[in-house]
Amino acid sequence: MTDFTEVTLKNGLKVLLKEIHTAPLISHWVWYRVGSKDEPTGKTGISHWVEHMQFKGTPQFPASVLDKAIAREGGQWNAFTFLDWTTYYETMPADKIDLALRLEADRMVNSVFDVEEVESERTVIISEREGSENEPLSLLGEAIQQAAFRVHPYHHEVIGDKADLRSMTRDDLYNHYRSYYAPNNAVLTIAGDFETGKMLARIRELFEPIPASPPPPRLSRPEPEPSGEIRLTVEGPEDTAYLQVAYRAPAASHPDFHALAVLDSLLSGPSNLNMFGGGGVSNKTSRLYHALIDAELAVSVHGGSSATIDPFLYTFTITAHPEKTPEAALAALDAEIQRIQDEPPSAADVARAIKQARAMFAFGAENITNQAFWLAYAEMFADYSWFTSYLEKLAAVTPADVQRVAQTWFRAKNRVVGIYLPVAGGGDQ
Amino acid sequence: MNAAPSLPGPENITRVVLPNGIILLTRSNFNSPSVTLSGYINAGSLFDSDEKLGLADFTASALMRGAAKRSFEQIYDALESVGATLGFSAGTHTTGFSGHALVEDLPLLFALASEALRAPTFPADEVERLRAQLLTGLAIRAQDTGDMASMTFDKIIFAGHPYSRPDDGYPETVKAIRRDDLAEFRSKTFGPQGMTIAVVGAVEAGFVVDQVSHVLGDWQNPEQSSAPELPPVKPLKKRSRKNVTLPGKSQSDIMVGAVGPTRRSPDFMPVSLGNSVLGQFGMMGRIGDVVREQSGLAYYAYSSLSAGSGPGSWEVSAGVNPANVEKAIDLILRELSNFVEKGVSEEELRDSQDNFVGRLPLSLESNAGVANALLNVERYGLGLDYYLRYENLVRAVTPQQVLEAARKYLDLQKLAIATAGPKKVSG
Repeated sequence: MTDFTEVTLKNGLKVLLKEIHTAPLISHWVWYRVGSKDEPTGKTGISHWVEHMQFKGTPQFPASVLDKAIAREGGQWNAFTFLDWTTYYETMPADKIDLALRLEADRMVNSVFDVEEVESERTVIISEREGSENEPLSLLGEAIQQAAFRVHPYHHEVIGDKADLRSMTRDDLYNHYRSYYAPNNAVLTIAGDFETGKMLARIRELFEPIPASPPPPRLSRPEPEPSGEIRLTVEGPEDTAYLQVAYRAPAASHPDFHALAVLDSLLSGPSNLNMFGGGGVSNKTSRLYHALIDAELAVSVHGGSSATIDPFLYTFTITAHPEKTPEAALAALDAEIQRIQDEPPSAADVARAIKQARAMFAFGAENITNQAFWLAYAEMFADYSWFTSYLEKLAAVTPADVQRVAQTWFRAKNRVVGIYLPVAGGGDQ
Repeated sequence: MNAAPSLPGPENITRVVLPNGIILLTRSNFNSPSVTLSGYINAGSLFDSDEKLGLADFTASALMRGAAKRSFEQIYDALESVGATLGFSAGTHTTGFSGHALVEDLPLLFALASEALRAPTFPADEVERLRAQLLTGLAIRAQDTGDMASMTFDKIIFAGHPYSRPDDGYPETVKAIRRDDLAEFRSKTFGPQGMTIAVVGAVEAGFVVDQVSHVLGDWQNPEQSSAPELPPVKPLKKRSRKNVTLPGKSQSDIMVGAVGPTRRSPDFMPVSLGNSVLGQFGMMGRIGDVVREQSGLAYYAYSSLSAGSGPGSWEVSAGVNPANVEKAIDLILRELSNFVEKGVSEEELRDSQDNFVGRLPLSLESNAGVANALLNVERYGLGLDYYLRYENLVRAVTPQQVLEAARKYLDLQKLAIATAGPKKVSG
């Protein structure tokens, strides 16, 4: 689990390598420290759009060549833009990985951002946004995020607002790319079937000539302390009502993060840590399942948070029972939160949460892509030891810790309550 | 250096048939301390009456809500306490199950799976809770543009055939199902005949055979019936188009296509490779290139093929702004027309062949991926050496075969077009 190599190249590119010889596969990731948190009003969605443009080619690898080259080798590739980061990966048969390395080194600096391609991608991204707008929980989630963050750029969704998606220009995108895509703002990770010495030499050859850039700025607008509970309603088509309750949650590097993970297991079932492969664990014996589903106030309940640089949200998502109101579910949720605030869980409950996490780690280890993902993901908000020491830190959580974090973070003052209210006959036509 | 496991084949798959008919496939993988269990019995929605459509699905969902030896709470407490999962779900032909656990907990998975299949009690209060959950799922489905386009598409291409029906039924049919129907469905359709189980992970085959024999070896069900015969699919006489209006939605979903080959058909591989060129390879093939890359009309636009025991379907799907529905359909039809006229080039075919062969290690990376491969091999009679022969099967396909298969299944004059979105559409 801890056997890996970490090197920083002369240009500041951080490299983490982990040999895993279980399958003839290699997964290669390049991460940039830029995400929707770096976007000012007027430029929302720019990081995600830049990510899309990274698939539109360089002089050396024009768009159509790129896709086909990876697919021909049986590789899998994709990219993700999140609040704090943007990442690109290729998982390939081991003997084909060189293509991925050349491609990522090339598009770190040489992407074209052709004007026509920018225009055609504009409507693709607006279509991506409209697809999300079809989902009630996306609409509700967006409203809650906006209410929870007035100042901090976590205010807006990664996809961005339509006003900005319509108005941003090719030069806006290109400048964003050139500011943030630099070796000294990136982390490269590889896991799989290779020899570290050889791989490192090849990485140096391809990536070290890329010059470092002036350290890119990161937008910093801390959110003030919430001054009271916010309640909101979103109306739209559908026959089903939903409730989301989002609490301001600690940053991933905060010492309370692990106790909160145990609390999450107890209340709503353990959140799955695996981005790829390895399923999660069901939550039918969690406290909220008993209080909401067994009690026939709701038909589903989930909870979870994201590991983020700045404090983000822990969100409960509840689908109301067709014959009950979301308010009834909220009252039951509040009673359960009160209970854990009043009385610490048993040691056995805490031990159970740890075993669940251990099993999910084992399932996740089956997947090379997931292993390479974790090598760098943890670097985005802490470092890889955050991941390797995760189980140990969970094991150190006490029942009193769980009670204390429930008292600290799950206060009404700290939350936004959102209800999605179905409107008969749909919304605007 | 490279301890890479070889492809699944007769050398490393253990296949055992128990005296009561259960087929057991095992492949060991000691790379991670986990194990996957997966399988099916031949009980699906084909047995459902129109009035109680969704019965197979309801039954599968209710199997773990209580059994002779353990309550719902006890079943899930046992599973969740060790971070394991187990679940059942029904399709048209089968009720499938899958689960995973740390290898030390595999006996628990076997015990729970056996109890759920052989001695579920369907407690009345749990059945009613589950019914509310299923009905909510159907209400959500009724407002989902993708689901509604897909259901409408199946209704057109499989008109008059059981495949035209959604496995999870309709609100009125799910409301009509009584608790006793679940028990009756189980006792008439569940049994060891045709049951297939795959176990992949950090375990020896001998242990698996002992365990399964222990919990399921004495299972008999003289009442177990075979599924009704499938009638032939009636081909469409002309192009058919239907729309579902969902007010208030921001995006419309489109499906355009036709009936496809069965999984066992000799056409399967040519169609599969043709489908890759059409709407999969690279950034969603030719369809992705035209609808997304060149026109910027959609975030997703691709083709897909589903092939199983009976006739499958082969269709193009896209999600577009409601104002662009007609434009997108025109582009899709133009691509389909080009596809059946000219077929695929040598180079395009070779690209997809390389992709099919090259992606094999990735698809077989996880225990679940291997378990799925073993079940397919058994279910469609592909042979335990299928993955050893796979590259040759893929490489043997010619552009001419792809063209012939495309023309056989995609008759431009008899396509089905289904849309769902906020706009009313005439036609």
